[in-house]
Amino acid sequence: MFAYTIRRLSMLVPVLLGMTLIVFSLIHAIPGSPAQILLGQQASPEAVAALTKEMGLDRPLYIQFVDYLKNLITGDLGESFRTRSPISEEIWPYLAATIELALFAMIIAVIVGVNAGIISAWFQNSWFDYLLMVLALVGVSMPIFWLGLMEQYVFSIKLDLLPTTGRDNIRDPVTAITHLYLLDTLLQGRVDQFFEVIRHLILPGVALATIPMAIIARITRSSMLEVMRSDYIRTARAKGMSMLKVVYKHSLRNAFIPILTIIGLQTGLLLGGAILTETIFGWPGIGNYIYSAIQFRDYPVIQSGILVVAAIFVCINLIVDLLYAAIDPRIKYR
Amino acid sequence: MSEIVEQTQLPPSGPEVNVNQEEKTVSPWVDVWRRFRKNKAALFGAVLVSFFILLAILADLIAPYGFKETALENKHLPPSSDHWFGTDEFGRDIFSRVVYGARISLWVGFISVAGSVIVGSSLGIIAGYYGRWVDTIISRLFDILLAFPSILLAIAVVAMLGPSLQNALIAIAIINVPTFGRLVRSKVLTVKEEEYITAAKAIGMKDSRILLHHVLPNSLAPIIVQGTLAIATAIIEAAALGFLGMGAQPPTPEWGKMLADSKDFIMQAPWTVFFPGIAIMLTVLGFNLMGDGLRDALDPRMRN
Repeated sequence: MFAYTIRRLSMLVPVLLGMTLIVFSLIHAIPGSPAQILLGQQASPEAVAALTKEMGLDRPLYIQFVDYLKNLITGDLGESFRTRSPISEEIWPYLAATIELALFAMIIAVIVGVNAGIISAWFQNSWFDYLLMVLALVGVSMPIFWLGLMEQYVFSIKLDLLPTTGRDNIRDPVTAITHLYLLDTLLQGRVDQFFEVIRHLILPGVALATIPMAIIARITRSSMLEVMRSDYIRTARAKGMSMLKVVYKHSLRNAFIPILTIIGLQTGLLLGGAILTETIFGWPGIGNYIYSAIQFRDYPVIQSGILVVAAIFVCINLIVDLLYAAIDPRIKYR
Repeated sequence: MSEIVEQTQLPPSGPEVNVNQEEKTVSPWVDVWRRFRKNKAALFGAVLVSFFILLAILADLIAPYGFKETALENKHLPPSSDHWFGTDEFGRDIFSRVVYGARISLWVGFISVAGSVIVGSSLGIIAGYYGRWVDTIISRLFDILLAFPSILLAIAVVAMLGPSLQNALIAIAIINVPTFGRLVRSKVLTVKEEEYITAAKAIGMKDSRILLHHVLPNSLAPIIVQGTLAIATAIIEAAALGFLGMGAQPPTPEWGKMLADSKDFIMQAPWTVFFPGIAIMLTVLGFNLMGDGLRDALDPRMRN
């Protein structure tokens, strides 16, 4: 297991390097000079040339790439064109907002998805089973940005139950410590604010959770059906174990490998989906950070923002791979 | 041996393969169609897809108004007999725009996936057939591309190329390349070991001919399945890029762009947001159902 972990970790390096190279090349292939954008259209060619030189953008690309790599290793993500402050310093609040939203969405997706899948498998071919499978199919076919808009219309505008945008009540903002607001409010003992944050999380969380929920429900159902047909489950039942216990103790544990894979993959997709959800719900997360950087052509932010998200995605998949062994002792690593 | 393999790829009218002498044998494609037909969900998907294809082809005949025909005095009219889906902030007929939008979404879906299939399978074949360092380089490239959340990579590509429908299409094609590449590569690796490939080599067939006549036809079934499902995601991704303002530009009636333009009017005119979304959902649902059905129909393990 230890050797496997080391080997997987070392495989991470070329992938991360490749990703950095791709993003770097894409951003540097964008036509137009960053210096020109910074100085505006009226700037004299001399001023543009001077700034280009100052920013080191006149050097050969491979040298710039090596420099960028060196900076990345030391945790320097570059400087935003727009705010002129280091990205590594300003990125955390955005990242925290996205992490909170993605985790919240994933918890909804796993709890609802896994249980729906189990019930569906338990009562295979019942009306519940059919209904759930239809809902799951519709769920994966739904554009989440549209779902988000519909949620806002029904729950905020028509029923006036939940807030449309933001993370907290603007008249009573959360004082940030870790920028994970659920944690911050609890640390400050502000239970009222905690529930206010939850209220803000519900709509974007559900929109973001829909697709993973549908996929998790489908996978859980099919892997449960497979496991529940096996001999040892029949034995457990014959020995008089209750169905509930058989399902949650024996079957689920064995059905968990494919479910875990999907959860891992979906968490990564959540980060991508967050961009769309965040723009609709005015959620100040990494998606919004990158999106507004694109509007302002703030290339360092686009480049480092995408890389940070991609790196998190890769790491989540690695963790999922490593978790397999912990859950399923049948998996042997060379 | 090689003759038989070639024949299995012929259309239904072609000569039949005698696998079982006792039963009346049929072409594999007829067999696939029989199984597909029995699957009600898949048929429903096929109907949805055909419906939207017809809508796209006959848009000029079906749409009562032009997609950029503005009439400011008709701004934000609710759905009525004159305007089935209501009108938007420029008084344009939403029904007509949704109908023309089918053209754009299907076009993006088909063309981008066709591009990914062509590039992906070429790379996959090269990697699988030649192996060694060629394989290593191509496979690593696929790994890296797949390591990105796809929409992010698409955004990065559009950021470089500039926002337009065509560039969104290119971006979507790029992000789907590794899916097909891996699929074809793994198929090539299994087919390569088959005896009829050894036989083909023994009778002096050229590499290119073996690849084109034996290896590629064997990858056809999984490509069709994956391709159908990829069209579904491509349509959603195109809509997402349009929604972010990185795809189709006005006045193109692209569904995602329509949603983005009307989202600020959701309070006064919810229908402007409702219908384009429904159109996206039904088209995507159609391709998803059809893809699932094709997988069941084409998967040899499911055969009796």
